[in-house]
Amino acid sequence: MAAGAGSGRTMSSTFLPVRFWLLMPSWLIIGFFLALPVLLMLVYSFLTKEFRGGVIWEPTLAAYDQFLFDRGLFGDDPPQIEWKYISIFLRSIFQATGATILCLIIGFPTAFFIATRNENTKVIWLFLVTVPYWVNLLIRTVSMKFLIRDSGPLNELLITIGAIETPLKLINTNFAVQLGLFYSYLPFMVLPIYAALERYNFTFSEAASDLYAPKWTILRQILIPIIKPGIIAGCILVFVPSLGAFLAPDLLGGAKTFMIGSLIEDQFKGNAGNWPFGAASSMILLSLVMIVLIYYARAQSKEQV
Amino acid sequence: MEKAFNVKQYNGFYFITCLCLFILYAPLLIVMIYSFNDSLSITRWGGMSLRWYYEVFYGLESEKFKLAAWNSLIIALMAATIATIVATAASIGMVRGGHFKGKSASFGLISLPIMVPEIVTAVATLIFFSAISFKLGVLSILVAHIVFCIPFAYLPISARLQGIEASYEEAAQDLYANRWKTFWHVLMPIMGPGIISGFLLGFIISLDDFIITNFVKGAGVETLPTAIFGAVKQGIKPNIMALSTLLLLFSVFLVTLSYFIGRKGNNLKTNK
Amino acid sequence: MFLRTIFTSLIILLTANFAYAGGKLSVYHWFEYMPQELLDKFESETGIDVTMDTYDSNESLLAALKAGKLGSYDVAVPGDYMVEILAGEGMLDTIGDSELKNKGNIEPQWIEASFDPGRKHSIPYQWGSTSFSVNRDVYKGNINTTDIIFNPPDELKGKINVLDSQGEVMALGSLHLGIPQCSTDRDQLKALDSLLQSAKTHWASFGSDIAKDVLVSGDVAVGMIWNGFSSKAREEGANVEYSYPDQGYVVWMDNVVLLKDAPNRQNALIFMDFLLEPENAAAVTNYAQYNAGVKGVTKFLEPALATMPENNPREGAGPGAFVAVCDQETQEVYDQMWTRLRS
Repeated sequence: MAAGAGSGRTMSSTFLPVRFWLLMPSWLIIGFFLALPVLLMLVYSFLTKEFRGGVIWEPTLAAYDQFLFDRGLFGDDPPQIEWKYISIFLRSIFQATGATILCLIIGFPTAFFIATRNENTKVIWLFLVTVPYWVNLLIRTVSMKFLIRDSGPLNELLITIGAIETPLKLINTNFAVQLGLFYSYLPFMVLPIYAALERYNFTFSEAASDLYAPKWTILRQILIPIIKPGIIAGCILVFVPSLGAFLAPDLLGGAKTFMIGSLIEDQFKGNAGNWPFGAASSMILLSLVMIVLIYYARAQSKEQV
Repeated sequence: MEKAFNVKQYNGFYFITCLCLFILYAPLLIVMIYSFNDSLSITRWGGMSLRWYYEVFYGLESEKFKLAAWNSLIIALMAATIATIVATAASIGMVRGGHFKGKSASFGLISLPIMVPEIVTAVATLIFFSAISFKLGVLSILVAHIVFCIPFAYLPISARLQGIEASYEEAAQDLYANRWKTFWHVLMPIMGPGIISGFLLGFIISLDDFIITNFVKGAGVETLPTAIFGAVKQGIKPNIMALSTLLLLFSVFLVTLSYFIGRKGNNLKTNK
Repeated sequence: MFLRTIFTSLIILLTANFAYAGGKLSVYHWFEYMPQELLDKFESETGIDVTMDTYDSNESLLAALKAGKLGSYDVAVPGDYMVEILAGEGMLDTIGDSELKNKGNIEPQWIEASFDPGRKHSIPYQWGSTSFSVNRDVYKGNINTTDIIFNPPDELKGKINVLDSQGEVMALGSLHLGIPQCSTDRDQLKALDSLLQSAKTHWASFGSDIAKDVLVSGDVAVGMIWNGFSSKAREEGANVEYSYPDQGYVVWMDNVVLLKDAPNRQNALIFMDFLLEPENAAAVTNYAQYNAGVKGVTKFLEPALATMPENNPREGAGPGAFVAVCDQETQEVYDQMWTRLRS
């Protein structure tokens, strides 16, 4: 925004005196109905679990202890590192990474292709890529489930044309979850990369090609480093929501292998009923997301300097 | 000057783009096609028919889905409206407020709903409502929706406002217009496209939400996504496909609308 | 114009939120367990407007009530052991002696139910059994053993869906091992834990609401399931056979309970009386294909129900057992096991 400051100012004395009144409603609403609940959750994560759901107001570290240490079935074995929940987090990170990579592999060329069209066709391509995002996420996930199930249209088609003999086992696999996440968040990858490419000056590439640089080298050594902030933004926009996703693992993964979202959900809605543990898991997820975001904000402000 | 190749063209990128669109649209198209399937079984094709659309509107479950659709619409409309008003005020406060202490904290607070993972928001809101004995119902859904709609409305509105020079307001002030008149007659018309796309964004986001709604909804209250989720768990029935197709067309209509409004706004900007 | 629309919506919304004082009834029920026609009949007979939400396991009913839903619903339909748990948590209201005029329609054997002696909080809804069904196109061998679930033959590995229901899975596992439910013996609990852990590697998915669909669609070849739900799967075209294993199976009874702080207590009682009418109880049975615990239903039942294989344990099948309610110490071990199993 620094460039705009010279030509047209965006600051005026008109609304300056009332700025806090203008901001107050949003502060109050979000502060009371989101920031406060999240703080309450933080408090809950340090409370004692009540038998059959709920909390007792006695401070304890039991929830975090349960997350990190395995004390056996009866809770009196010597503590060992508990890999179960760590591995749920690692699995979620793995799935989210898989989805991010899928999005990048498909999204980068697509964004590149769109950015290099002429002005009129560009908008049409862009429109085509973004429309599915506006279709209800649930409907998209269900459609995907229907398409890839064992006796679904995809397998039937492949069997009919003779490509395979037995149905591909796609549903209830890690890949299905990644595919679902990819499908959910692809536009988040395409748009920032596209925006970065829009600002990219293709004369850099031309100059390099005049110097007989090979085509893929230009892409790798000139274009990608310049639009890197766009790529990173895209990766974060896909990675962060994928991490806490609930629908894709639940509908496409058969709800057998938990991701963080299902683990948290189960503590409040399902059979497990351990509120402090659910709160602690939420806090760990939230910290993870915040670390990624802060890292990104740092990297960006460095970039600008 | 003859070049060996075009730096804007890479082999395979066109193919990947087509593949990308194929992956995006194939599941939706399949569902659309199968919603016209006359057969009771969803996997066998039994000829073209509109019976499942009839089922959506007049079938046994139609009451439930109509009520859910009505709830969804009302909630989305109200949440988007309130969020848009709040976000418009916040945009002016942020963009026109100059520098003040805690500005980035304020920005952080406004964008908090986007940063906190949905499942965490859902659970936190639920235990908060339960702790303050806030009765779960339509109102609890509405409140939760307003919260996460605010940042989505805020982004396009503040982006638009940043592109508008302050001289408009100053001119109005010089002509002794008060603050409200300045906003209503000068700023608001120019901000229009931004406000509308902010509203539409909030509207769609609210219509789309499943996880948070599922946690904070009260007894007997369903929105379309929660009703559909309940139904598909027991099997993807053809009437759900018909309903999905209708909802899909509605979303496409909305996004097309917002696209054209946005384009009109952009044209205004460049013609200025 | 726009503002007026919003204003109108606001009024509708607020009235919708507070209008329950009149002729309303809020039901919290299992999914796919109540025929719409019967609800319509109730509404037209009584003028009471029914709204129904659904859940998919006894435990998630408990969780929802714990998380602030108590006070919004009038009636729910927990299974036997959950009636006992809810009563113990003080979440149920007491039905007065003369408040139900059709109470006499309850079959005598279900009046003195162990989970609600004297029927102070509940009336019978349906009873049936839980075991599993096998797709006979995929597997032709012997299915009269719980090995199918817990130690499956190679053909069935990775093609099994298990109910997302702690009580029933634990009970069936205990039957498989031949140990008592809610055992306090550490070795037995450890054996149960390792059984579940090893069996899990052969299971494809967990889910109750999907239990019928995965069998019909062919996503799995074996599904832990309730008997009536299995017969519906068979009617929808799946070639499945319901097993009554040698080791035994789970028996259950779902019951309509009067919840504490019910907003429409009187209408809830009217609803219970309605469901105790033989004709209406039979309508539920015809739909869900279990058994009613109500006298005089036989003449309203579809004849096919009496002879269907899912409702008639084979000669030589193991005994049926209700899910037991464990004490806190054992239940906490069970919870631990379940969490390890599910995540």
